[in-house]
Amino acid sequence: MGEIVMELKNITKTFPGVTALNNVSFVLEKGQIHALMGENGAGKSTFIKVITGVHKADAGEILLDGRPITFSNPNEAKAKGIAAIYQHATNYPDLNVTENIFMGHEKISPKTKRILWKEMHDEAKGILRSLGSAINPKQEMGTLSVAQQQIVEIAKAISTNARIIIMDEPTAALTTRESEELYRIAEKLRDQGTAIIFISHRFEDMYRLASKVTVLRDANYIGCWAVDDITNKNLIIAMVGREINQIFPKKEHTIGEEVFRVENLRKIGYFADISFSLHKGEILGLTGLVGAGRTELCETLAGIEKYDNGFIYLHGQKEKFKNPKDAMQKGVGYLPEDRQKSGLILQWGIGRNITLPTLENYSTKGWLNEKRESLKAKEIAEKLHVKALSVFDLVSSLSGGNQQKISVAKLLTTDLDVIILDEPTKGVDIGAKAAIYKIINELANEGYSVILVSSEMPEVIGLSDRVAVMREGRLVKIIDAHEVSQESILAAAMGEVQPGGEDVCQPI
Amino acid sequence: MTSKIEESYVHRRLEAHRPLTAKHVFLQWEWLLVLIFVGVLVMNTMLSPYFLNITSLRDATMVFLDKSFIVFPMAFIMIMKEIDISVGSTVALSSVGMATAYNVFGLPMEAAIVVCLVVGALCGLFNGFLITKFPELSAVIVTLATMILYRGIAYIILEDQASGNFPEWFGFFGWGYVYGVPFILIVFVGIAIAFGLLLHKTTFGRKVFAIGHNDVTSKFSGVNVKKTKLIVYTLAGLMAAVTAVFLASRMGSTRPNIANAYELDVIAMAALGGISTAGGKGRLIGTVIAIFIVGYLQYGLGLINIPSQTLMIVIGALLLFAVVVPKIKDLRKS
Amino acid sequence: MSTNMIDSTLPVNVEKKESKLAKIGQFREIGLLAFIIMLMIAVQMRNSSFLTIENMTDMMTNTAILLILAVGMMLVLVTRGIDLSIGATLALSGMVVAQFVSNHPQTSPLVAILMGIGIGIVCGLVIGGLVSFLGVLPIIATLAMMNIYRGMTYMVSDGKWISSYQMPENFVGIATSKILGINSLVVIVIIVYIVAFYFIGHTRTGRQIYAVGSNPESAKVTGVSEKKIFLLVYTVMGGLAGLSGVLWVSKFASAQGDTATGFELSVIAACILGGVSIAGGAGKLSGVILGAMLIGILNNALPLLNVSPFWQKGIEGCIILAAILLNVMVKRGVEQNNLLRRRV
Repeated sequence: MGEIVMELKNITKTFPGVTALNNVSFVLEKGQIHALMGENGAGKSTFIKVITGVHKADAGEILLDGRPITFSNPNEAKAKGIAAIYQHATNYPDLNVTENIFMGHEKISPKTKRILWKEMHDEAKGILRSLGSAINPKQEMGTLSVAQQQIVEIAKAISTNARIIIMDEPTAALTTRESEELYRIAEKLRDQGTAIIFISHRFEDMYRLASKVTVLRDANYIGCWAVDDITNKNLIIAMVGREINQIFPKKEHTIGEEVFRVENLRKIGYFADISFSLHKGEILGLTGLVGAGRTELCETLAGIEKYDNGFIYLHGQKEKFKNPKDAMQKGVGYLPEDRQKSGLILQWGIGRNITLPTLENYSTKGWLNEKRESLKAKEIAEKLHVKALSVFDLVSSLSGGNQQKISVAKLLTTDLDVIILDEPTKGVDIGAKAAIYKIINELANEGYSVILVSSEMPEVIGLSDRVAVMREGRLVKIIDAHEVSQESILAAAMGEVQPGGEDVCQPI
Repeated sequence: MTSKIEESYVHRRLEAHRPLTAKHVFLQWEWLLVLIFVGVLVMNTMLSPYFLNITSLRDATMVFLDKSFIVFPMAFIMIMKEIDISVGSTVALSSVGMATAYNVFGLPMEAAIVVCLVVGALCGLFNGFLITKFPELSAVIVTLATMILYRGIAYIILEDQASGNFPEWFGFFGWGYVYGVPFILIVFVGIAIAFGLLLHKTTFGRKVFAIGHNDVTSKFSGVNVKKTKLIVYTLAGLMAAVTAVFLASRMGSTRPNIANAYELDVIAMAALGGISTAGGKGRLIGTVIAIFIVGYLQYGLGLINIPSQTLMIVIGALLLFAVVVPKIKDLRKS
Repeated sequence: MSTNMIDSTLPVNVEKKESKLAKIGQFREIGLLAFIIMLMIAVQMRNSSFLTIENMTDMMTNTAILLILAVGMMLVLVTRGIDLSIGATLALSGMVVAQFVSNHPQTSPLVAILMGIGIGIVCGLVIGGLVSFLGVLPIIATLAMMNIYRGMTYMVSDGKWISSYQMPENFVGIATSKILGINSLVVIVIIVYIVAFYFIGHTRTGRQIYAVGSNPESAKVTGVSEKKIFLLVYTVMGGLAGLSGVLWVSKFASAQGDTATGFELSVIAACILGGVSIAGGAGKLSGVILGAMLIGILNNALPLLNVSPFWQKGIEGCIILAAILLNVMVKRGVEQNNLLRRRV
């Protein structure tokens, strides 16, 4: 048992309408790598934000070296030696490595206020070398690989004399070999006495590095185990833990003939060897970790992005979509992941948003018939039970769930066969989720073929007829409904199945 | 009207007719513009006794309306959150093209006018091509480069010579009347109505607004963003060529340095007309009022011999006024 | 030591080739220098009076003002802004100072220079305030102020020129005198570049300009004030334009309402040629010097080659367009290569 550097006791944090952390406790020792695991939305990011001073806990206390402490802003936490490294590096691509390391705490000469470049370069070099990295501190940040940028972020943490380093999914964008490099550095830091909180979705990260693992689920503290004492299976149960809720509607749809097929689709740098088929009235779940290439794949299927190799078949005919409009006219529609940035025009009313993809339907030779347009919008919005007063209500004034309904409504104005839904329930409350599930199920009943992209296991399992799992840009497994379980999905997504192994699905 | 909606959905009805409130009618930028316009007329009348008669008001339009044709496509461009500062150079190049076609290649004037329009449209098309092909470049830089380029080509063609000797009938564009109404005013009204309808009554206009608010959403919703931009930039070039025809007709000749700094006047009129530089917002009726405000202001100040350089200050100040006033409103809100 | 972070496993069956354009990015300054030297040799072969000390000195003094302004423009571009008003600011400062010295012939040249800088700083502060506090787009703010400053220049001068005979000798001497055997314009350029070199490379504020341009969101998190930086760069730009105004009037011994009209375009061209990124965050003094020199050489060489001066603008436009398009291609090449290095 090492010396305890940080202890969190009964931390609770609520946001309006949501409890993000409920009575969570955590103990971190010197020279320990402590894994923090949990599903998306389990409360991990709020947990980090409380530790780094971004959020203030509503209840409970934080002890640093045994003394209670409160942080009112991130700089105070930084001053106490707490540093966080995020999945997406927050750096200055045009500046050199040294500057990125020292930005905000540059070494300056006390008299002339001159920046002491030589000292900074030397120290940067020293830190990087101590991490076993050969990165040249004078190199431009933007020219480094993602893995190298992560190392620079770690160097930045060290340069602030951090005693506690939080790594938030640092391996998400790294290859196996690059991850190995990162493990080595983490171990080195550990041996030097730094305490590390390691957040990852990958089991291999945890087994390889951590000695302790704490699991959060639905904002609650589930438990803390020594890594050697808990089996993979028990850990998954701890993370998932709940029965599939009753909020999922009963599947009534009948699966018909093949509508859509993809063969060996590849977009260099994003995904490769994607093959699957989709039938009429079928819901195909598509899941995988963040960064597995799901969104890129969906955008390609919807004609937004171009692909490099492979074929797309619609009703047995080979198709190449020129643009999203072309894809829509041929019958493929896409609901983007970020509805505020790419799904809706927030400054517009409900009606105009709904009719944007199909303006031609309410016009003759380009002249808009606004009456026809708003009646169509009204019809669809009412069908989806959008809660608003008029079709002229601004979308920005609606709740997340109602906004998402508007996004879905846009797809229903036109005659589609295939609907791709990318994280349709992200950021909506549980009531609205149930409503959206009902809509998705009804879509399948009406004969739409649905690709449902989601990171939430219960959702994927509760709705899908089959589940395709992506990992590192490849489709590693397609699981049938009767075999699907949270365990089987997690196992495939996190890489118990080695990429490139026999389990890679062949075209069905 | 609503009888078609199924019974099961009736419990949650949405209003499909736009409510007309006092805010929608009175609290609009256009009323402020009307006030300013009246203020300009009153001021001019007080400054010069010659101002307020119908002939003077009518003939003034012949002087200031030429550049106003570009204001409409510029409004489209600004609504799309873009900008085009090459329009002045496009006017110069297309008029030089026209003069060259007539004087050097001996084409008939009618064909030379067509050449002018084609050159203008091509300039706009080239801007649009660069901007859509290289989305990572800002419109400011692209049109800055073409602004230098187009005027540079005009200089290469004409050096610093003037080129004129157009046939007599060509003067009709700038100086002609139809039933006592200046020809340019008739064309202006026609073009204003055409652009107004295009922006507010067609699917194309709706797409322009959509792109200005959120081009990603627009693209994802099947709007062909590149095509729309290409068309609008081409229209800007075409309207610059229309301006070139009227300007050359009024002046009787052209030079490579004509229409200098027109981009500022045009952007200022559009901004004053309530076209937001942040994209997505604006009505063409506002720009029409703004054109007459700026036009009569210039004309009135000209009557009392205020030098044209002072007018530059006025236009610059009007542009600032138009962009700063809404910002101050925003600042106070937050 | 380990370098295996860099080489990851290459993808199987790569159809796309690595972009060679990406390499240009690394050698752009050397390439530019080579181009300049080649151009100079070519011009020399056509006209032997090009590479003479006299012509070179002439060229240096003619390019001096462009060089000074390019420093300020670089900082503005680095913060993702643009300043079209500098020609007008230059004219205003030049006109006011010229009028002052013609009425007060005893004015010391140093006072005249400081006056010009002061006027420029005020002009720049107004623009900086509009951009940083009111959030007006730089293109709109500087376009409007360009007109206002230009109009003010005409108002101040009442439409008249100030010609050389109205200027005291010591004022004209600012541009023609020599310090340690070097033309004083060139000396001022050297001073400006030394100060700029120290400021942007060796002070926190200088580096913050680049931080804001490179990643505004990160800069905010680190506690860098965007507003302060915007105010600063436009003020510096204004101050340099004010200084240039005095130098311009002194050099050409005349102040007019239309002094330096459109000069901002040459300055922007020099920066873009010198590799200043219009997307912000990147720009080097060495590049800017080369960019300005190239434009200076072109301006000097075209008459020597009997090219009509009216070709100058067209050539300039082509060069700017080529430079920005080349920049984009290089960037795309780099991105494509990064994608190819990934495993999928």
